[in-house]
Amino acid sequence: MERAAPATCPACIPLPDWARSVGDSARVEAPLRRYEFALPGVHCAACMTTVEDALASLQGVAAARVNLTMKRVTLSAADIPGMEAVLIERLAAVGYAAQPLDSATLAATRVDAAGRDLLARIAVAGFAAMNVMLLSVSVWAGASDATRDLLHWVSALIAVPAVAFAGVPFFTSALSALRVRRLNMDVPISLAMILALAVSLAETMEGGEAAWFDAALTLAFFLLIGRYLDHRTRAAARSAAAELAALEVPMARRIGAQGVVETVALDAVRMGDMLAVAPGARIPVDGEVTIGHSELDTALLTGETRPAAVGPGSDVRAGTLNLSGALVMRATGVGEDTLLKQIMRLVDTAETARNRYTSLADAAARIYAPLVHVLALGALLAWGITTGDWRLAVNIAAAVLIITCPCALGLAVPAVLAAASGRLFRAGVLLKDGVALERLAAVDTVVFDKTGTLTLGDLRLAKPDALQGDARIVARGLAQASQHPLARALAAGLSGPIATLDDPQEVAGFGIEAQWQGQHVRLGRAEWVGAKPGEATATWLAIGKMPPIEIAFEDSPRPEVPAMLEALKARGLDLHLLSGDGAVPVANLAGQLGLTQWQAGATPAEKVDYLAALAAQGRKVLMVGDGLNDTAALAAAHVSISPANAADASRTSADMIIIGNDLGRIALAFDIAVQARRRILENFTIAAVYNLVSVPLALAGLATPLLAALAMSSSSIIVSANAMRLGWRK
Amino acid sequence: MTVLLILIPVSLGLGLLGLAAFFWSLKAAQYDDPEGQAQRILSDRYDDEPR
Repeated sequence: MERAAPATCPACIPLPDWARSVGDSARVEAPLRRYEFALPGVHCAACMTTVEDALASLQGVAAARVNLTMKRVTLSAADIPGMEAVLIERLAAVGYAAQPLDSATLAATRVDAAGRDLLARIAVAGFAAMNVMLLSVSVWAGASDATRDLLHWVSALIAVPAVAFAGVPFFTSALSALRVRRLNMDVPISLAMILALAVSLAETMEGGEAAWFDAALTLAFFLLIGRYLDHRTRAAARSAAAELAALEVPMARRIGAQGVVETVALDAVRMGDMLAVAPGARIPVDGEVTIGHSELDTALLTGETRPAAVGPGSDVRAGTLNLSGALVMRATGVGEDTLLKQIMRLVDTAETARNRYTSLADAAARIYAPLVHVLALGALLAWGITTGDWRLAVNIAAAVLIITCPCALGLAVPAVLAAASGRLFRAGVLLKDGVALERLAAVDTVVFDKTGTLTLGDLRLAKPDALQGDARIVARGLAQASQHPLARALAAGLSGPIATLDDPQEVAGFGIEAQWQGQHVRLGRAEWVGAKPGEATATWLAIGKMPPIEIAFEDSPRPEVPAMLEALKARGLDLHLLSGDGAVPVANLAGQLGLTQWQAGATPAEKVDYLAALAAQGRKVLMVGDGLNDTAALAAAHVSISPANAADASRTSADMIIIGNDLGRIALAFDIAVQARRRILENFTIAAVYNLVSVPLALAGLATPLLAALAMSSSSIIVSANAMRLGWRK
Repeated sequence: MTVLLILIPVSLGLGLLGLAAFFWSLKAAQYDDPEGQAQRILSDRYDDEPR
């Protein structure tokens, strides 16, 4: 690393490498664009410099900067096609897995305007509360007569504008609730603040003894902190999830009238359009193949691991991956008719069914808000009628409202959720919504998808030692000459000597053939080499006139899965396997992992039904899945988790996303959820106890501003401290 | 007690100064990457683009 010359001012230090490259790349002709990547792995100062240096050393990169809090890197680089892939590769080379983020959606969330607004209000409320509190201390210490009035007037001068500014979030929320004739937590809060100010102002004008200016301000201060924590929890996770979700740009390659291929948006594709689909691309819309042979990987859509062969006349579904040959297809299903759209409709119905969940905070507010109003009104009437002193009665009613005001309650949930989501974020789990954490804590059943979730989603040779002798060296030779996924898996799974082949030729959609020691050798689909296809995912090898040999593949489970399943079992959870794949591979995997409850061949709708049946038994189901065929199930489950490499639609409907793709975090997330729920309930208990003690005092007319200040601050601090215990353990 | 007439404005003025400083730091985007700023001090690189 470059060292600064000693005894120079910071500005005299030679420019760092990356800054110099700014000058260089300014000469690059391509216009600069902003790129952003999520980097779950960065955690230290050295990581930041490594990443920044690695990116800056690339041609065309002007500047790069890591944001450690958000765990992402922002860079401006030449806007040329393929740049993103180069950047990802470079980041992978220095050891950081990167997930590109969509800059268009990012623009909206980059400057966190709402967060800054809340921070500004907190600052004003805190400043005003401190100063008024100082003045109040003199009043409590015994200031009297003109001095007290002066102190009260100064307090009023600070408090009224401060509350008017700091209380806006509560006032607007309360108003919008009242407009639809409902009560939320903000109605008693706003009422307490306004009433406290009004009563205090009246008392100040009369030269009275008690003023609640400090109470109104501390109330605003503490509740705004709760509001800000709440905002942070939501904003951080939700924006990350939304940005990940917006990745897949729906494009199709249309063959125009003169045979010119143009790239068009998916919306522009009409029925009957001819589309070109290159090997390795996804089928953009439902349609029919007109030219070409290939195999399709439908794992994302159906969960099936075995590639499906297609040729002229075959129906193909949008979202499936073209493996081997170039295809020309005619669009037949566009817009509302595609299988994708049908899945989306399933998702919509599932989501509306789930929105009935009431969060703990809402449940508390529903009991709390009416109770507070009834108590305050009761105190007003009782004192007013019995004593006839309505000024005293209004004072006591205001005291009741201030004392009962849910300061601790407003912090109880957001503080816990902020601590919990912070811990999850550090562990690589993105939480889209705090309520999901509460739901996760109630889970008693976990349903897993197979392909891509429990398994790696790429095929491996099932029995490498079964192939021996000539077959082994020929298979290796043929496999090495092909780009087909199965052939590549075969080549990777075999070692040892390799046959020298003459004239190898790939036949798209069928396999590869060549000449070997005067014999014709073929590796490919069963029908092509003259065999009968079996149940398992397999390729076939034929040497001359000898009977074809089956080479079977399996999708191996992720390495962390057995330990994760054990951990979940130890927590008393019921585990299910629900897959769209064939019965044989599903049964194999279930046996291998010791899962007794499994179902194979499930369509997206059947998956939803399976979950509905479990829900009807009163089960709370956690769905873990990644495919498009899981999307509806993810939305229908009580709560759901997706790995970050899942289909975009799945990530959108899942409640949580595991960024590092380490499913072991599921057990951790469950533990944190259970702890968080316990802390929330503890905090509610603390708040309730505080109210049980202070409300009778207020009703009896014994509450003083000093008592209110002490009780409010201490209960808020206890509640936040209790919440923060969750974040300590790393 | 006339000293209050001087001391109260002085204390309020000092408080307002702090408030103004906070608003400035908020505008200068000093709360966008608190963790990164804390770590960058450990690197021997001069950070000429602090934000």
